[in-house]
Amino acid sequence: MNHTVSSIIPRILRMNRTLIICSLALLASIGSAPAESSSQQASPYFYPFVNPYEATVIPLPIAYQAKLPDEVDSKEFKLKVFPDRETPEVFWYQDGLKCSLAKQDKQAPLIFVVAGTGASYKSANMLSLGKIFFQAGFHVIRISSPTHMNFIVNATSGMPGNTPEDAEDLYRVMIQADAYAREKKTDISGYALTGYSLGGIESAFISKLDEERGAFNFDRVLLINPPADVYQSITILDNLLVDNIPGGADNFTPWFKEALQKLTAQASTIDDLTFSGDSIYKLYRYYPPREDFLQALIGLAFRMHSADLVFTTDVMNGGGYIVPKGLELSARSSLTNYAMTSYHTSFVNYFDEWFFPFYKNQEPGLTKEAIIKRCSLYELENYLRTSDKIGLMHNEDDVIMAPGDIDYLKSVFGDRANIFPTGGHCGNISHPDVANYMVNFLTNKEVVK
Amino acid sequence: MKQHTLNIRASALALASMTLLAGCSTTQPEADSVTITPPLRQYIPQEGQVRLIEVDDSFEGWNRGTYKFNYGFDKYVFLPVVRTYQAIFPDYAEDRISSFFSNFGEVTNFYNNALQFKWKSTGTTLTRFTVNTTVGVLGFWDPASHWEINEQPADMGQTFAHWGADKGSYLMLPIAGPSNVRDGFGTAGDIAVNSFVGPATWWDNDAYYWTVTVMNPIDRRSQVGFRYYETGSPFEYELIRMLHGMKREMDIQK
Repeated sequence: MNHTVSSIIPRILRMNRTLIICSLALLASIGSAPAESSSQQASPYFYPFVNPYEATVIPLPIAYQAKLPDEVDSKEFKLKVFPDRETPEVFWYQDGLKCSLAKQDKQAPLIFVVAGTGASYKSANMLSLGKIFFQAGFHVIRISSPTHMNFIVNATSGMPGNTPEDAEDLYRVMIQADAYAREKKTDISGYALTGYSLGGIESAFISKLDEERGAFNFDRVLLINPPADVYQSITILDNLLVDNIPGGADNFTPWFKEALQKLTAQASTIDDLTFSGDSIYKLYRYYPPREDFLQALIGLAFRMHSADLVFTTDVMNGGGYIVPKGLELSARSSLTNYAMTSYHTSFVNYFDEWFFPFYKNQEPGLTKEAIIKRCSLYELENYLRTSDKIGLMHNEDDVIMAPGDIDYLKSVFGDRANIFPTGGHCGNISHPDVANYMVNFLTNKEVVK
Repeated sequence: MKQHTLNIRASALALASMTLLAGCSTTQPEADSVTITPPLRQYIPQEGQVRLIEVDDSFEGWNRGTYKFNYGFDKYVFLPVVRTYQAIFPDYAEDRISSFFSNFGEVTNFYNNALQFKWKSTGTTLTRFTVNTTVGVLGFWDPASHWEINEQPADMGQTFAHWGADKGSYLMLPIAGPSNVRDGFGTAGDIAVNSFVGPATWWDNDAYYWTVTVMNPIDRRSQVGFRYYETGSPFEYELIRMLHGMKREMDIQK
C-alpha cells in the first residue's frame, strides 16, 4: 500500500528532476554558470527570472544562490507566552509558541528574524535567512509570523493583522526568547532585527516600540520587501486569485481540482500531499509558466494563509464570524463546513466584516481609513526618515506593491534603501548580492551599491 | 509455517491494539447549555456545485481520534526510534537499506499487477526484482531504475478497485495513516499475503524474520518528512483527506 505514512517509498527525490533540468537549461542559455559569490559582487546584479510572478513563485536555482551551509545547528524551543491561557480543545496540539535559536560558540550579536504572512519560523525563506545571518556571525532567533496559527493560538493578544498590536505581541515574544537564549548561555554582544514581507513592516513597528521601551536598543534593523500599506497589498493579493482563474471566479472549483489532480498524479508520499500557504507554489511545476496561472497561484497561497488565520482567530476570540458563538469545538469536531467558509472568505472580507468592526467597537470614532493608515508604514514616516539604523531591501518589481509605493519608500529611506530591479516578492532573498547587502547593512559595514 | 502464524497473529494483535488505543483516545464531549449564535459568515454552496473538501467520512469522529492517536504514536514511539536509527546508520547505509526493502516491495507490486491483469507492469516488476536482486546485490542497489526499468506500484486496494469495489468511507488507520474502507481491507490483504509468501518468510531464521519485520516500517518512516499537526493549518485533516482521495483516484486510473 504505497499511499500510507508507514509504507511510503522514497521516490520524492524524483520530483526535483524538473527543477534540476530547468536550472541546467537556464545555465546553458546564459553560456556559463554564474561566478562565485566574490566575483558576483563586482558584476551587475543578475536575476534569472525577469517576470516578477515567476520570480515570486519559482525557487531560485541553486547555481544562482549564495553559498550557504546545508544546515545550521539550531535548537527549537517553545514559549508559554501567556502561561494562564487555556487552549481551546480543537487546538489541543498547540502547546506553546515554537521558535528556533542558532547559537554561535563565541560572543556575537543576536538577530531576530520575523516571518512573512502566514509563514512559520521554519519556512523556506526563514531557513535561508537563518543560514545567511548565522554564516555572517550572528546568533539567530527565528520567530513565526503573528499571522501563523501557532502564533495566534499562543502569543496573539487581540486580532492579527493590526500591525501595532502585532508588534507588541512580537516584542513580548522577543523578550521571552532573549531570556531563553541567555538561559542557554548565549553570549550576546548586541541586537539586530529583520523580517520579510509582513515581518518587514512589523520590524519597523517593533523598532519604534523599542525606542520607547529599550529592551534591546537595536544596532540595526532591516526591512525586507515590506508592504507600504498592508491593506492595499492584501487587496492586490486577493485580486490575484479572483482575477486570474480561467473562466472567472465561478470556475474556481474545476480549476483548483485540475491543479490538485496534477499534483496528486505526481505525488508518491504523504509529503507531497501536505501543503498549505506558500507550499502550494509547487503546483507551478505542472503548468507552463503562464503569467495568469502564476498570479492565481500567488493569490491562492495567500487565500489559504488567510483562511487559516480567519478561522484560528475566530476560535480564539470565542467565535461569531465563521464559528457559531458559544460553540465549543472538540478534537473530534468536523471542521469541514468552517474550512469551506474560510476558503471562500477573502482577507478583505475579514477586514471589512470582522476586523474593522471589532476595533470600531472599541473606538467609536475610528474610521476605516484611519485604521488602514495606522497599520501602514505611512504611520511611521517621520521615524523612518530620521532613524539611521533602519534600512530597506526591496525589489522594483515586487508584485504586492501598488504603483508609486516603491518611489515613496525610496523617498523615505533615501540612501538606506537598496532597491533591486528584479526579484518579485521575496524571490531573491538567497541571491548572493541580496545576501551580501543584508549582511553588510546589518553588520554596519559600508554598503557598495 | 510457525513464523507465518506468528506474523499474522502479531499483525492482527497490533491492529487490534492500535484500534482499541485509538478508540480510547476519543471520548465524546458533553453537551453544554451555552447559547449558540449562528456565525456572521456562512458559505452555502449552490446546488450541484462540486465541493472538493467534502469527502465521505462516515467515521469522522473515530478518524479524527485516530489521527490524534497517530500523532502521539509518531511523537513518542515512532520518531524517537527513527531518530535513533538515523543516528546509528550513515546516510549511505540508510539508502542501501531502503533499496533493500523497496526491492521486497516488488512482491506486492508483482501479484497485484497480475491480479489486475496488467501483464506489462507484471513483467516489468519481475524484471526489476530479478535485476536488483542479482546485479543490485540482493536489492541493496537499484540498477533497474538506472536502466529505466521503473517501479510499477500496485497494492490490493487498487486491485479491489480494479475489480469494481467502491472505495467506501474515508478511514484513518492507526499508524498507517490515511485510507478508505476498500483500501483498509486491501492493506489487511497485503499484510496477510506477505505473511504467507512475503520476503520475511523466505528464510527460516528468527533473527532475519524480526529484523525484516521491525526494520521495514522504521526505514519507511525515516523516508517521510511529514509530521502530524505541523502544516500550520487548522484544516490539515481536511486537506489531507481531500488530497488523499484524489491521489487514490489517480493511482487507480493509471
